[in-house]
Amino acid sequence: MNLMEHLPALIIAIPLFAAFLTPIIDRFSKKGRDAFVFIFMALTLILVVLLAKDVFDSKVPITYVMGASDPHQTIPTQSAVPIRIILEIDAMSIFMVIISILISFIGLIYSFSHIKEGGGKFYTLFLLMLVGMIGMELTGDLFNLFVFLEILSISSAALIAFEIKRETSFEAAIKYIVISSIAALFVLFAVGLFYGEYNLLNIAAIANAMKFTRIDKIALILLFSAFVMKAGTAPMHMWLPDAYGEAPGAVSMVLIATTQASLYALLRVCFTLYNESLPIIMPATLILLGLASIFIGVTMALVQNDIKRLIAYAAVAEVGYIVLAIGVGLYGFLKSGEIEGYGIKALQGGIFHIFNDVLDVGLMFLVAGGVIYMTKERNMNKLGGLAHSMKYSSILFLIGLAAVAGLPPLNGFASKLMIYESIYKVSPILSIVAILASILMLSIFVKIFQSIFTGPKVIEANEVPKCMLAGMIVIAGLIIFFGLFPEMIVKNLVEPAVNALLNYGEYISAVTGV
Amino acid sequence: MIYNLPFMTVIALIAIGMYAILFRRNLIKIAIGITIVESGVNLFLITLGYRKGGIAPIFTNLPPGTTPEEIPGKMVLPVPQALTLTSIVIGVAVLALILSLAIQIYRNYGTLNAEKVRRLKE
Repeated sequence: MNLMEHLPALIIAIPLFAAFLTPIIDRFSKKGRDAFVFIFMALTLILVVLLAKDVFDSKVPITYVMGASDPHQTIPTQSAVPIRIILEIDAMSIFMVIISILISFIGLIYSFSHIKEGGGKFYTLFLLMLVGMIGMELTGDLFNLFVFLEILSISSAALIAFEIKRETSFEAAIKYIVISSIAALFVLFAVGLFYGEYNLLNIAAIANAMKFTRIDKIALILLFSAFVMKAGTAPMHMWLPDAYGEAPGAVSMVLIATTQASLYALLRVCFTLYNESLPIIMPATLILLGLASIFIGVTMALVQNDIKRLIAYAAVAEVGYIVLAIGVGLYGFLKSGEIEGYGIKALQGGIFHIFNDVLDVGLMFLVAGGVIYMTKERNMNKLGGLAHSMKYSSILFLIGLAAVAGLPPLNGFASKLMIYESIYKVSPILSIVAILASILMLSIFVKIFQSIFTGPKVIEANEVPKCMLAGMIVIAGLIIFFGLFPEMIVKNLVEPAVNALLNYGEYISAVTGV
Repeated sequence: MIYNLPFMTVIALIAIGMYAILFRRNLIKIAIGITIVESGVNLFLITLGYRKGGIAPIFTNLPPGTTPEEIPGKMVLPVPQALTLTSIVIGVAVLALILSLAIQIYRNYGTLNAEKVRRLKE
């Protein structure tokens, strides 16, 4: 058997297998459990890199049919339409999978230092969360997308409530699971509508048959609102600061990657499923949602006292940038002419910013998690002077805040510049709001830095444990690398992803053959 | 008209469930609302699987006198049933999680009223 042929299935199966073995190994040895999770996560990472190489080498999307005797035969011999679950991987999906696995891996290393009690449960849920994310990004089947969305929601809700000694964590978790299950039911209803109309479940096959009738419009609204809700954009962002604020340590960072899996699903729905038949009101809605998220995120961050909640509101604003850029990109995609080039540029900026957002805000969450772990205090007014004892953390926080605020030469600047210089073509107001929000963000983070790290010593604390430091340093290294060589990342990762989104015909023909 | 009855039931169930989620304040009632919406969606999937004159896809159970040529048009594809089973299983997991969180909230806050469970807002 050629294992290389089964890479897409293995990438989902290996973490799933490891997830259910972890509690058993946990019974015998804690050290063994850590090593086991680490090895299997590293194995998945290697497989993802191998798959990425395959995807970038072959110009067409890779398909993998689950449970078929020949995994490449998308349409069974006796049928006219695809029946089995098909995994379909193009440059966009592999871009998202790389983000998910990398962030989870760093989060895992970070977690080794502070997850002591109940570690077996923690790592099981952590691996399941990874399975949910990767599954959503690899699958080419709408119902399968729903299943992975639910796996993701259930495991992340349990992880948000993981610190059971903090009673408020339950409040955040119940908000998260209620919002997630409503969103998932919307998706399921839309799946039912598509099945009733076309007798199909495969995304590519539905896109091929798409007639954009009234039923499709209802399904579009359901899918759109579900994924926007899960991505945490403005009107439905209330669950996000609670969930990010209450989640333990590195989980906050991985949760950013999970909201981006929903953004990926939104991109798939807009660019592949509906493609040209999308009404022009959709990009307009996305632009408005993006602006609202930026505005609400920045203004609410100003008044927070809890460090993690403050960073979470900044995360809302960062998602706003991505949604704004995607909206402009979609506008350029639907309208032809001069705007098209700007749309592509905005889309590149937005997709590059997906990676930068999770690194920048993730680093802030990691440092904040370290500060909370060492001092047991999350109120900014009671913290101060930590730079005396936590030198490395304060330097890393400085890197993170400069990157979030979009200062050169860090990665946040590289992608935000791409967004600024393309969205003004739709309306100059968009650029103005985006730049102003970025400046405000800088002032907010300088304020936190000043109140936590500088000044006289208020609290006795030591430097964070080595594993935490290792995770933070890896992310800081990536931030600096992306900031110094943005061209390299854009050319090798982002441009293929954007081209894969825009050439939706290839995604469709890889399954249907037309 | 009578064939539309299941679809009307679906709409009614989803509307009742959404009402409970949006306007009820008790966490248990919100959980019940989610379950009702889910039943509506499951009923919708099952209804879609109905084909007039269709037969179950079991070869040993065919009505007598069916020739092999007639089979492809008559047998119903069991996809909606498979979807519904999956979604019921997922629904049970979600419901169990919501209820266990509600129990913990009751222990810590002494109330199930969603308007009073808001220590995070301060």
